[in-house]
Amino acid sequence: MKLYLRIWRQPSVAHTGEMVNYVLEDVSPDMSFLEMLDVLNERLTLDGEDPIAFDHDCREGICGMCSLSIDGRAHGPERATTACQLHMRHYSDGDTITIEPWRARAFPVVKDLVVDRSGFDDIIAAGGYISAPTGAAPDAHATPVPKADAENAFENAACIGCGACVSACPNGSAMLFTAAKVTHLNSLPQGQAEKQTRVLDMVDAMDDAGFGGCTLTGECATACPKGIPLESISTMNREYLKASLKRL
Amino acid sequence: MTDIGEYTVGDPIADEMAPSGPVERRWQTRRFEAKLVNPANKRKLSVIVVGTGLAGGAAAATLGELGYRVKSYCYQDSPRRAHSIAAQGGINAAKNYRNDGDSIHRLFYDTVKGGDFRARESNVHRLAEVSVEIIDQCVAQGVPFAREYGGLLDTRSFGGAQVSRTFYARGQTGQQLLLGAYQALERQVGAGTVEMFERHEMLELIMVDGRARGIVVRDLVTGQITTDYADAVVLASGGYGNVFFLSTNAKGCNVTATWRAHRKGALFANPCYTQIHPTCIPVSGDHQSKLTLMSESLRNDGRVWVPKKAGDKRAPRDIPEDERDYYLERIYPSFGNLVPRDIASRAAKNVCDAGLGVGPSGLGVYLDFADAIGRLGREAVEAKYGNLFEMYERITGENPYEMPMRIYPAVHYTMGGLWVDYDLQSNIPGLFVLGEANFSDHGANRLGASALMQGLADGYFVLPNTISDYLSAGPFEALTDDHPDVVATREDVEGRIEKLLAVDGDRTVDSFHRELGHIMWEYCGMERTEAGLSKAIGLIRDLKEEFWRRVKVPGTGKEFNQSLERAGRVADFFELAELMCIDALHREESCGGHFRAESQTEDGEAKRDDENFAYVAAWEYTGERPVLHKEDLTFEYVKPTQRSYK
Repeated sequence: MKLYLRIWRQPSVAHTGEMVNYVLEDVSPDMSFLEMLDVLNERLTLDGEDPIAFDHDCREGICGMCSLSIDGRAHGPERATTACQLHMRHYSDGDTITIEPWRARAFPVVKDLVVDRSGFDDIIAAGGYISAPTGAAPDAHATPVPKADAENAFENAACIGCGACVSACPNGSAMLFTAAKVTHLNSLPQGQAEKQTRVLDMVDAMDDAGFGGCTLTGECATACPKGIPLESISTMNREYLKASLKRL
Repeated sequence: MTDIGEYTVGDPIADEMAPSGPVERRWQTRRFEAKLVNPANKRKLSVIVVGTGLAGGAAAATLGELGYRVKSYCYQDSPRRAHSIAAQGGINAAKNYRNDGDSIHRLFYDTVKGGDFRARESNVHRLAEVSVEIIDQCVAQGVPFAREYGGLLDTRSFGGAQVSRTFYARGQTGQQLLLGAYQALERQVGAGTVEMFERHEMLELIMVDGRARGIVVRDLVTGQITTDYADAVVLASGGYGNVFFLSTNAKGCNVTATWRAHRKGALFANPCYTQIHPTCIPVSGDHQSKLTLMSESLRNDGRVWVPKKAGDKRAPRDIPEDERDYYLERIYPSFGNLVPRDIASRAAKNVCDAGLGVGPSGLGVYLDFADAIGRLGREAVEAKYGNLFEMYERITGENPYEMPMRIYPAVHYTMGGLWVDYDLQSNIPGLFVLGEANFSDHGANRLGASALMQGLADGYFVLPNTISDYLSAGPFEALTDDHPDVVATREDVEGRIEKLLAVDGDRTVDSFHRELGHIMWEYCGMERTEAGLSKAIGLIRDLKEEFWRRVKVPGTGKEFNQSLERAGRVADFFELAELMCIDALHREESCGGHFRAESQTEDGEAKRDDENFAYVAAWEYTGERPVLHKEDLTFEYVKPTQRSYK
């Protein structure tokens, strides 16, 4: 099939960017979206043009590195699918596709479609862990964890840290990302000792990193490729309130 | 020195750090004998860790907790993205929570046997001992392993074992373990003991006075070349499966860190030992950029089959039971669909070579869940494998609840790597190598769910205990950018980048990489022959020469330049590929993942030659023909036998 691509080009954070048009022929429906960009980049390279920079690594939907906004939607049109797992069989001959980087104040553009998501690491460093230095652990069966709690923890731990939630949010908020980690750790018996400092410190770090506030529009959960539920934000708000009252 | 065609033979080497005595006491003995560093002195000692996967992330976090000054490097935009994250199936541990006869000794036995008697007993026993602590550690960190209704941990079976010792978190065990290590690492970043450098790639090892003292790195955002120094350097940079271009590795996985260390004198051991994983989604076309694994755990409930009649084009559901060949169950009745990976892969190749393969290319076999769905119900199958089934459907457009999956083997893991002693130290003092980047524990074939075990064992428990023995002699002389050895190393890196950019030819980096991958898959893949390997060496040399004449790398070195990153990695893959073929050519036996067509039993299984090849092949870089150093392997506890899973 033949595709008309509109792609954001920006040499670096210091430059302004613009949309550039490309026409790509002979796209196979079995290609992944990123393989389609590979084909375009091979052509640009041979034509002496600068290939398009985009982040990607595992290409199987788990590393969270790919970060394309496709036709205005984080990771594109398919539900629960990262851009690297999106296949061209979902497009038709003659389609126009607009490809942009994540758009958020806290995610400055590095080049073209590549953004800086280090704010996420700062949030985790502030409290997104259980303090369990190596060697100090009791036997794994010392504390049984009810299956429902373990599954709730897992559901939230499935976050891949891609940033789709931030990109989709009109406020550029990182609430879903932060809430997923708070819910994961606070729902396990091992996470109880630090549950209050965790939520307070992580929310502070989120604000410091320049992410916006949450107005519960729910765009984040719709965009999330891993199905992190919107309820996690309510869970975090409850945890935050409890912890704040305790601090008073 | 003996001169044998493509290589020469040098002096033998030995692992002098493993204590003697009963195998179950050696790790305890070594921990006691290793010199310690007192807490106040740890603050004066620095360690560079390259790579943030299970091994590197766990090591950096643990060294930080101990009080060392740690500097951690990764090429990705966050340490959380290292490729350990993609491991699906699980992690082995000899907990015997099932009361099914498991023990540390049995895990040790299974791993030595699974590795086809080409691993060290001392190392493997330590791995089995430490496995128990890993599960405790990960649970304490909040890793959400699968649990049963009583709240206790669930386990499942994996290839090469008759007990149920694999702990898992749905099909995302690697992700959950890595996030545990990543969170421990970020905790240390927050505490100020670890300094994190993302989007930085190590391009050279700095050696001063015969010791590993630092690295030259390129900041991938600005292109700036910088140097960093420490009292020890730890490489945890993963495997080299991407030499095949198509593999299940992430696109960025590369050999540069270990290869550059090899060029500086570190021995590279058993480079030809490659694991071809039997259950991957088949190639769909020339645009293919990578292959996707379907977890081995699927073989617990899926049955592998092909039609009995060659060229049978009927839909799989229309082929009656008596016209199907469940060939693994037929040939290996006692292990059935759960035979080790090397055996399952070769069996798939054999049936496809016989014209029985399925799918458009004929390079595929069915993995069928109809029986499991009938027996357990769709819901139970979905709970166990739901995310894997979804992933399959997303890529192929076919629904595996209704149609059997089509699978074919693909390169997945490399057992070879830099040579290390029992302390995980290479032959270069101060250079330690962990996880897939070293060669030490899996012999010629790795069992499923053992990579996660080894990565975490090395990072959390082994290195932090052994590195103190080396560091107790430090801190070493402080280095500055104007030290002559530093200046020379840095100039080498800059010169190489300029050279890559200056070629300005007419072929892309990927076109060379793809062609190299074809050569390797054809001649150094699932089946190797003397004639094929000799031919491959010539083809690789020609292609390498062409690469340096015709490659086109756009842009400059002073900017974010992904083509330049790839070019440097592919240039190193060329050199590694040649060594892999030389190693495969010299090893005239078959063992584990290395199958030499000339060495097989009457029924086509791998035939080892213990008399002549029971050694680790550790290669020294010379710039011309490599030098082979042999480390003899002795087996006191697990008597080498012809491996049989029948």
